[in-house]
Order: sequence, then structure tokens, then C-alpha cells
Amino acid sequence: MIRLEGRARRFGDNVNTDYIITSARKRDTIDEQVLKQWLLETLDPAFAASVREGDMIVAGENFGCGSAMEVAVTVILAAGIKAVIAQSFSRTFYRNAINNGLIPVQCDTNRFEEGDRLSVQLDGAELSVANYTKELTLSGPPIAGVMLDILEHGGLVPFIREHRRLMPREQ
Amino acid sequence: MDIAERAGNVSARTISEKILSAKAGREVHAGEIAICTVDRVLGTDASGPMAIDYFEKMGGERLFDPSRVLFAFDHYAPPASAKTAAFHDRLRAFATRHGAELCDVGEGISFQLLAERGGALPGSLVIGADSHTATAGALNLFATGVGSSDLAAAMITGQVWIRVPESIKITLTGTRTAFLSPKDVGLALVNAIGPAGANYKALEFHGSALGAFTLEERMVICNLGAEMDAKASIFPSDNATNAYLTGRKVGLASPVTADIHAVYAREVTLDLSRLSPRVALPHAPDNVVPIEQAAGTPVHMVFLGTCTGGRVRDFHEALAALDRAGGQLAPGVQLVVTPASREVADAIRDDGTLARFEALGATVTTVGCGACCGTSGVIPGDGMNVLSTANRNFKARMGNANASIYLASPAACGASAATGKITDPRAERAAR
Repeated sequence: MIRLEGRARRFGDNVNTDYIITSARKRDTIDEQVLKQWLLETLDPAFAASVREGDMIVAGENFGCGSAMEVAVTVILAAGIKAVIAQSFSRTFYRNAINNGLIPVQCDTNRFEEGDRLSVQLDGAELSVANYTKELTLSGPPIAGVMLDILEHGGLVPFIREHRRLMPREQ
Repeated sequence: MDIAERAGNVSARTISEKILSAKAGREVHAGEIAICTVDRVLGTDASGPMAIDYFEKMGGERLFDPSRVLFAFDHYAPPASAKTAAFHDRLRAFATRHGAELCDVGEGISFQLLAERGGALPGSLVIGADSHTATAGALNLFATGVGSSDLAAAMITGQVWIRVPESIKITLTGTRTAFLSPKDVGLALVNAIGPAGANYKALEFHGSALGAFTLEERMVICNLGAEMDAKASIFPSDNATNAYLTGRKVGLASPVTADIHAVYAREVTLDLSRLSPRVALPHAPDNVVPIEQAAGTPVHMVFLGTCTGGRVRDFHEALAALDRAGGQLAPGVQLVVTPASREVADAIRDDGTLARFEALGATVTTVGCGACCGTSGVIPGDGMNVLSTANRNFKARMGNANASIYLASPAACGASAATGKITDPRAERAAR
């Protein structure tokens, strides 16, 4: 079981990966520890400096759309953010999140606001989020099949190191 | 068709379901997670270095099949800093050591090169660490974008996990009108389906009007599937497919058709007879209007190129429209020309098109992604309006958050370069 606590950092719909980290920034380095100073700068230049360990990004529809660049996930993790809660995710961002151990929670975020106190829980395949500020508990769609295996291993790197191949989840 | 009917019809499948079943070695349907074997694996200079990091962390020692792995130096061509050049060196060394196909600076965009070199075969499964990999689906195959970690895992295992997508059936009907570009078709679809409308889904194209588009033009439509978040965009195989593959094909083509009773998540019909040129306004590709509504907007830079609008026919249409609208660049307009590949550049050099652009004062850059994502080539200044043949106009996409990017067809871009304002390519004769 994974349980995370933190506060909501609110963004809107269609936050594309160029907004998470601009392509131009990663020409010189893909070191997420360097890139994290520019996290989400196009939408909010002050955001990166304000992030605290444990913060969770809360967004609307289609989070992570656009380029499939994986630094968009590793930069979020490097900033100390371990979960993104969104109305929906772009598929490449979702894959990259699972592969790196960033927890993507898909649920109705309409009532979530900046600063809300949150808890995210992954118990088996069941994913839920509690918003203490709004007194809400919501479930996301369960994480299915090999995706859960990958997440439970801590990402695709430990999974491939251990198994050397992809295979269907054992029942 | 309801679920009961479907249950009696379990063998009816979409193109996506058929290809992924073949690659999973068992019959799979939409919603299932399949472990598939890949036919081709594509990396770029943007996604490749990170993929090498993952490859090493995963304990990778060799590629599953070096002849199926291609790296293209397209996003940073040429490198603009010593640090970027170091990424290239690292990728060169890796490709050489492991025997992967390396397409260095000056060769072109990864999936364009795959198609040109005959590796994009009907019925195959291609993954590429580039969100526009789906472009290759014009050749009746399942091509999809992934990140660097999936790329690394596939380089080691030859496998990828895929949630079998539901498909959206897109039917193109009617008669294609003069100056109607596949870009207009793609932008109209992005607008109709929305930026997340095809999320986790594949686009499959049908209809009587498909034959009106060449293979290269189909690539433009497939390319824009990424702006609807489609997992893949797939055309059927026909004479145009065969014509394109003739003389290129390296391997066995296994054309795939959808079953008549295949189940679709949604059906969208587009009547080309009623479709007119389109423009996507800043700062989202789905922010699409008929070009009349944007006409007259001042244009400071025109960008012809990229994986959307950087092929031979695109440059021909742009130049013809520019000529019809006066044949010179309007004062203050910077024209940037970036062919998608060396093959494209050679073709437009041989037929004199490139020389015409140079004579007009255009900036002709190294083939590849060019100025599209602000990583190589020209960066627009503060307050500039860019009219571009590319696929994305996000704020800061071209390297400056204070510029505004408009997307349109090559003909609209060419006409607008001559007038200095967004110009309907159908109207230039009247405007002169």
C-alpha cells in the first residue's frame, strides 16, 4: 500500500508537457535536478520556487498532453511531487508516470482548490484520494494489469531489471 | 451495436484490434492490456539520451534486434550548444556500439525516415519516442508515441505493453475542393474531436474521399491525430500505399482492413465538399476557425516545415500560393524553410523550388524539426505573429512565450508570406 499526504497545487485543463517544462530548456540538460527550477514556468513563473516536498498537482482535463517527453514526469518527481490528480490524463504522460512511479489519480477534481489538504492511497489496484479541506473522498479507476505490476515495482526500471521482459500480470 | 450483439460477433475487429492481436499472439479487443512484440523502435536526439539512461539503469546489455532500432538526430539539428552536441556524441557512440541505425544531423525526422526507407510496413507495430510517431499510420500500420523509458524497455525486450484502444471511425466523404489541404482536414478534425477527444483511442479512416489524398498528404492528417491525443491514426492500404512502397519496401507488407461489424467508440463524418481552409489561433491547436475569421491578422514570420508541413508537395503549394499572391515576401516578413528530410530537400533542390525560396530571401535551415519546438533554428521575437505549417502552437512552443503562433496550410502560409497578413489561399487572385 502506498499512502501520500500533501497540499493541492491547482492548474487547469490541457496542461501540455511544454508547459510542464519547455522543450527549449532541455536542450542543454535532461538532469531533472537542474530542470526543476523551471517547472511549469510558462503558466506560473513563481511556481517552482514555491513547491514543497509532498505537494500534489491537481488539474483538469488532459493533463500532460502534447509531446511525449519523459522529463515532464521526472521534473515533477524531482520537485518532490509524488502524485498528480486530474480529471483526465494524456496517454503518454500517464504511461510515463506509471513507468517512473509517479502516481496518476484520475477523478473529479472540480471542487479541488489551491492549498487543499489531500491524501492519496493506492491499496492493491484501488486508488483513492481524500480531500480533508472539502471533506471529500473520491476513487479513481483501478490501476490495471501490468501497469500495477510496474507501479508496485517502483517503475519500469526495477521491473525490467528483475524480469528482463514484459509479461501479463499473474493472477 | 449493443453489447449483446457484439458478444455474438466477437471476431469483428477494428484495424487496431487486428494489428495488436497479431502482435500479442492472441485475439485481443479494446480495453484489454496486451504485451506486444514491436517491429520497429524509433528514438530521437531529444528522447534518445534519456532512453540510454533508462537502458543502462535497466541493466540493458544489447538491443533485441539492432536492425529494428533507428535513432534520428532531428530535434537538435544542428546542435546549438556544446551540451547539446554532447548528447549527440553519446547517442552516436551508443548506436555504433549496439549496431542501431543512426540518422545523423541532416537526414531528417525519425518516422519520416522510417517511411522513406521502407520500414513503415502495412500491418506492423511501430513505437517511437516522439508524440507524432502516429504519422506513419498513413501506411496502414499501428504507430504510436511513447516516452524514453518505454523506448528503453522495447530496445531490450522487443516488447511494449499497450492498452488496446477503442477506435474512432472517421469517414471522409464528398469532393475535395481547390486549395483544400490535408492540413485543413486535420485542423477541422482537431476542432471537432477536441484536444483530448481521442485520448486512449485510435483514429481509423474510411470513406469515399480517401483516394483524393496522396500518401504524403495522409501523413499530414495522421500527424494531427496527436493533437487529439490519439494513440494511433490509421489509413487503409490502397493503390497509394502500394505506389509509395514500390521500390522502398524492406520486408513483408500485411495490409489490414476493419471488419464490417467492428465496434467503434464514435463515428465522425467529414464532408470535404463543405470544408474550407482553416487556421488554428494561439495558443492551442484545437482553437480552429475558418480562415476568413483570421484573415488580415499581421504576420511577421512564416514557417514552412516540420513533420506536418515539410514534404515536397507542401513546399510546392506554398510557393505556388506565394507566387499567386505577388511572388515576393511582404516587407518585414521572415520566411523560414525546413524540409522534413534529406530526400525532401533533394527533391525540391532538383526541381528548383529551394532556389526560388533562397532567391526570395528565405532562411533555409537544416532538415529536421527546425523551429517548431524552439530547440533548433529560428526563434521568434517578442510580440511576433508566426504563421506555421506545424502542428503545435502552444505558448512558448517555438522558444518565446511572448510570440503568438497560428497554424495553417502550406498554401495559406505561402500566400500570407507575400501579403504580410493571414490570407485565404483561395482569395489571392482577387486580392492582387
